[in-house]
Amino acid sequence: MMDAGIEDNSNHDFSGYDVRVTDAAQNGDTFVYVIKSQQISSDTEYRVEREFEDFEWLHHCLLTQEGVTGLHGIIFPPLPAKPGTSLSNSEAKTKKKIESLAMVDDWQMYCRALEEYLHLVTAHPVLVKNPAVHSFLKHRELPLKTKVKKGIFNKLTQAVEELRKEHHKDIDDFFQNERDSNLTLTAFTKAAVEKFLEIVLTEQKIAIACGHFSTALHLGIGQDDDPADYAFAKMCLKLSEVLDTVKKNFEKVAENDLNTLGFNLELHSRFQDAEKEMLFRRTCKLVDVETANKNLGQAKPHKKAAMEDIKKAADKEFDEISGMAKVEIQRYHRERVRAFQKALIELELAATCFCCSSTGWLSLNSSVQNNYIQNCTVWN
Amino acid sequence: MATEREPPPLGDAEQTDFRELEDGDDLFISTASTLESSPTSPEPASLPAEDICANSNGPQPAEISLDDDLEDLFAEATEEVSLDSPEREPILSDEPSPAVTPVTPTALVTPRVEPKTIFVPAMFERSKEELEEEANGDSFDMEIVVSDPEKVGDGMNAYMAYKVTTKTSLTIFNENEFSVKRRFSDFLGLHSKLATKYMHIGYIVPPAPEKSIVGMTKVKVGKEDSSSTEFVEKRRAALERYLERTVKHPTLLHDPDVMQFLESSELPRAVSTQALSGAGILRMVNKAAEAVNKMTIKMNESDAWFEEKQQQFENLDQQLRKLHTSVESLVCHRKELSVNTAAFAKSAAMLGNSEDHTALSRALSQLAEVEEKIDQLHQEQAYADFYLFAELLSDYVRLLTAVKGVFDQRMKTWQKWQDAQAMLQKKREAESKLQFANKPDKLQQAKDEIREWEGKVQQGERDFEQISKTIRKEVGRFEKERVRDFKAVIIKYLESLVQTQQQLIKYWEAFLPEAKAIA
Repeated sequence: MMDAGIEDNSNHDFSGYDVRVTDAAQNGDTFVYVIKSQQISSDTEYRVEREFEDFEWLHHCLLTQEGVTGLHGIIFPPLPAKPGTSLSNSEAKTKKKIESLAMVDDWQMYCRALEEYLHLVTAHPVLVKNPAVHSFLKHRELPLKTKVKKGIFNKLTQAVEELRKEHHKDIDDFFQNERDSNLTLTAFTKAAVEKFLEIVLTEQKIAIACGHFSTALHLGIGQDDDPADYAFAKMCLKLSEVLDTVKKNFEKVAENDLNTLGFNLELHSRFQDAEKEMLFRRTCKLVDVETANKNLGQAKPHKKAAMEDIKKAADKEFDEISGMAKVEIQRYHRERVRAFQKALIELELAATCFCCSSTGWLSLNSSVQNNYIQNCTVWN
Repeated sequence: MATEREPPPLGDAEQTDFRELEDGDDLFISTASTLESSPTSPEPASLPAEDICANSNGPQPAEISLDDDLEDLFAEATEEVSLDSPEREPILSDEPSPAVTPVTPTALVTPRVEPKTIFVPAMFERSKEELEEEANGDSFDMEIVVSDPEKVGDGMNAYMAYKVTTKTSLTIFNENEFSVKRRFSDFLGLHSKLATKYMHIGYIVPPAPEKSIVGMTKVKVGKEDSSSTEFVEKRRAALERYLERTVKHPTLLHDPDVMQFLESSELPRAVSTQALSGAGILRMVNKAAEAVNKMTIKMNESDAWFEEKQQQFENLDQQLRKLHTSVESLVCHRKELSVNTAAFAKSAAMLGNSEDHTALSRALSQLAEVEEKIDQLHQEQAYADFYLFAELLSDYVRLLTAVKGVFDQRMKTWQKWQDAQAMLQKKREAESKLQFANKPDKLQQAKDEIREWEGKVQQGERDFEQISKTIRKEVGRFEKERVRDFKAVIIKYLESLVQTQQQLIKYWEAFLPEAKAIA
């Protein structure tokens, strides 16, 4: 649905969006995602198809947009890692190390990750105003879609020679604390994600093993004439049923884990990285300010005015960044805690609910099965 | 009544016993017909019974034919009892069953002191139910527990001593409760004695647990890690199951070796069970020879039942082996899950510690605790999966080997009979030739030989009939036991699954308030 004619900046509505990534289809080598969105204030629903490259383009636009004060103080919502092809998925599995949701072979999870990204972008008071967001959600074709080089994002993160700036002492305690805690939290969150995703993988393996066991029980069921064999066969079938339930149980549990805590941990691991990047940008600016000050002090008189200007510009930028950063950090923590809580509650509720239902099934069937199995031994 | 028996300090006493019994050992290994009571047996009270029993050559033919009829009579009784589910449960579980009146087959005891024939009418005197239960081998009120594995000695001569406790109200034993210390080679020795005595007449002797050089070496060397404790526990459970199976067999229960094993505080050390001893190598050679022989015997099967059964057991063997593999992989994954859950719990705890927000921090720590508990739960479930299933399956795979062995013995018996017939034929031909040659003394000798071989042929035929009958009965018993064992295990497994789920609910529900309290 092309809206190009009506679209212009003055008509932009900055009210909230309801965005859903509903589908993913494989188109040759890449996946195409179907995105449906609707602004709360209007009735029109838009439907577009996007590839991962388009997301990268959007992200790039957000990072490089102009006219926003303190842009570099924004914690940009992190884009999910590029989805691997099925080949790299199996590679990852043989490496036995899960580093991102992209490696867990589940396109639904990935769609949800992309959806979350769009939610975060559209919920951000500053970012949602970027026209690229509107184009992304509403236009069939994205304007000026230049092939974005993959390496461009790394420029905004750490270049090798700037690594030492990371440890530059801060002038503001608030920010120094934030940097320190971010460092520890990032490491721990990453470890937690890895371990948790391993749990999910093992749960899936158990489900498969239960399936095999259940199938193996079906072997040798054939001869009905011998009473002992017959009784044995009946027992095996019953056990096979039970194991099928156990298998489904584990599959559900794995899915549930992944959907709640797994998703949350993974997202916040990436978010920590985004926060780190933001803090780093600010630190770089701080270094710039201090350098400018130093230069000003050392400058020869005829250069003093120029240096003064540079210093003033640097100071202004730094203050803007710090201002934005403070707001962003507080917002980030609030959101983080809230999201964690939601994930933990959901995890708990789903786990309990499922345990209840399977306990019910098992104990109901336990007594039924007891009688059934008792009767199996009646023969002569 | 009986003399006070205390397990002697195993270190020196065993050694001295062993030396004294060099000859005694050989006696035990010889065939049943020449069974004599051990000179060092410290049980004067039960000696007379053993002596008399020794005269009988295993099972008595008279009793067997009547047993078959009795079993038909009890067919209905079997049905009635099995429909009463709650009563059966305690029978199957390992604990002593208070709900069921202990069946003390006192009548069974008396034949040991009197001639064999009394055994038969005595059975009729007991109540139908008692006899049926005894025929099923269910509640003959005997409980054996193998416990307290203790490492004795040091270095490569060390071994594990297990305490074998028997609780019974059967009067064939001197006391109601007694315990002895045994080591693994004692069990193997018992098995080899029983196998020698009973396998060749068709009894399915339960196989002893397997040796494991690697496992034992770790224990000997003193490695105190989880794998060696697991090994010891596995072995302990296997030994217990082995003894339970052995005493469930009505004939084996009354075997003097079995009783001595359970009761006497000192046992002659069974050296010939060592893998690398001379006897061990001899055994291996014999096994190879037997395998070759088996391939060359072509039997004229007159009874289709045996062929069917053999095929059936072959199929069962395959199936059980496959099941065993599946279960092992399941167990492996469960263990992996437990490890991963523990790792995640630690990770979550660290995350909780470094978290500034107090409520979130607390919630994360709680999560870590919940996950730790879940890890424990998974370990227990893995234990249940393993011990309940995998061990039972491997027991039965080995038991099936014993069953196959018994069928092979029947073939051998048949072969012997055929050989005797062939020999008789030759002797007859020789005799007819001699009749024409007119050599009176040689003729007489030939006639004597013919008589001798006629006797052997008759014996051979009788043996063959007997082993066939025994096998039929044994197979019937085996089938019933198989169904019972698996049923019991499956029920236990279901129960453990239910329990695990319920526990999981409890843990998660305890976590919810913490999660809600975050914001």
